[in-house]
Amino acid sequence: MLIRQKKSSDAASHEITPEHVYVNRRQFIEASGLIAGGLLASGMASPAAAALMPKEGKFQGVKEGYHKLGAKDKQTPFEAVTSYNNFYEFGLDKEDPAANAGAFKPLPWQVKVDGLCANPGTLNFDDFLKPHTLEDRVYRHRCVEAWSMVIPWVGIPLAELVKRFEPQGSAKYVAFETVMRPAEMPGQRNAQILPWPYVEGLRLDEAMNPLAMLAVGIYGVPLPNQNGAPLRLVTPWKYGFKGIKSIVRMTFTERQPKNTWNVSNGREYGFFANVNPKVDHPRWSQATERRIGDFFRRETLMFNGYEEEVGQLYAGMDLAKNY
Amino acid sequence: MNVTAGAVPATDIRVRVRRWLKPVVFVACLLPLAWLAVRAAEGGLGANPIEATIRYLGDWALRFIVIALAVTPARLLTGLNEIGRLRRMVGLFAFAYVTLHVMGYVGLDQFFNWAAIGKDIVKRVYIMFGMAALTMLVPLAITSTDAMARRLGGARWRRLHLLVYPAAIAGVIHYFEMIKAGFMQPLIYGLILAALFGVRLYKKWR
Repeated sequence: MLIRQKKSSDAASHEITPEHVYVNRRQFIEASGLIAGGLLASGMASPAAAALMPKEGKFQGVKEGYHKLGAKDKQTPFEAVTSYNNFYEFGLDKEDPAANAGAFKPLPWQVKVDGLCANPGTLNFDDFLKPHTLEDRVYRHRCVEAWSMVIPWVGIPLAELVKRFEPQGSAKYVAFETVMRPAEMPGQRNAQILPWPYVEGLRLDEAMNPLAMLAVGIYGVPLPNQNGAPLRLVTPWKYGFKGIKSIVRMTFTERQPKNTWNVSNGREYGFFANVNPKVDHPRWSQATERRIGDFFRRETLMFNGYEEEVGQLYAGMDLAKNY
Repeated sequence: MNVTAGAVPATDIRVRVRRWLKPVVFVACLLPLAWLAVRAAEGGLGANPIEATIRYLGDWALRFIVIALAVTPARLLTGLNEIGRLRRMVGLFAFAYVTLHVMGYVGLDQFFNWAAIGKDIVKRVYIMFGMAALTMLVPLAITSTDAMARRLGGARWRRLHLLVYPAAIAGVIHYFEMIKAGFMQPLIYGLILAALFGVRLYKKWR
């Protein structure tokens, strides 16, 4: 198999992020900080804004969050977002998760937070969400298989959660783990598929980036099982497989987590998994993608179009080696 | 069962089978394509109909290659020589499904972006094997007529048509290399092919 190896000199930092963008990064960070701060304050003032799972229908008290889209970005219909999924715990084909996830019970749910942090513990889902205010955010979603969608998520900025559990200075990464329930997840009964449970991770500065979020819903309603109910990671500048689903554990750690696809096939799936049209997957080009619903392919954007927001995280890194 | 059925002379059944076998199998070979057309018309191909179409045609291409290769072992095992007459037709259907599968990739997935297709063939192992399989099947389809078989002569024609074996193996490797995880399906195709080869070798050497 052929892997295009760029020399380190090929990816100079000025190529990754234009200087003016880098200099102006604070505008974005400050803006999101202001919003987040404001939301926290209002959340404290009015308990109704606490993030809670709705008994039925839509989430209440959701604030408008990041909505910046391109002219050609139209939201992918709910029907497509919930019927075309890669969630190997429920089967290998795209239709399998929707067909096989019916027996999965996302509630009650608990999330264990552990590792190098000041506030570890196992939290009931309501307690996990309560201190935060939910946000609506519309992000492009790019799968490593070269298809993409535009999805309106409901969730919490990951940075807020990281701060809340107070990682120690030695913590460099945060790892996530999917629930292990072979009785409800038929794919997990076959260890040939992937080494279960599914694990993913981010560098702590990636997790602190304002774009990173933990989602609890799409289109205003709780996540359907096939989309990773009740809690999943969303990192829109990375390939979809980073977006670990049905999270039960969050671990602060010193070492780079061994993410499942990297363990399964390290030549094809790296740790960073940043969307990059210039670094091909060994088995297919990443230069273009098919937006679900479109006939013609479109050009894939660097960092999935979020270069302004995340480019500085990778300044100076050889992205062909750190794929 | 009707008691009188047993009274029909064996030769009569032979004649009927001879008359109906090919048309029936011909229509049966078209059914997967018809099913695809029905689903496409209903909008039943899911969120990514292009991918679904190409995968579906690829699945049937591989199945038809296996069925075509199964004709002779089936004839040898059952002793029903009538089955042998189906070999060319099923083989040509396999070629037709392979061609449609590749046309789906070229015309629907890549929309005739020849530069991208060229790069894919050189760089992607699974596309390389797929294209190799197609390339090996083309001369077999061209020389499938009686006239061509006569021109080549039986021995040369048979030698040329041995290409179907590497083509089938390339097809399975193509499938195996395309899949991300869970290699059961291509493994099953590989085992079926091995079994079919085994039957031929057994019959030949016995």
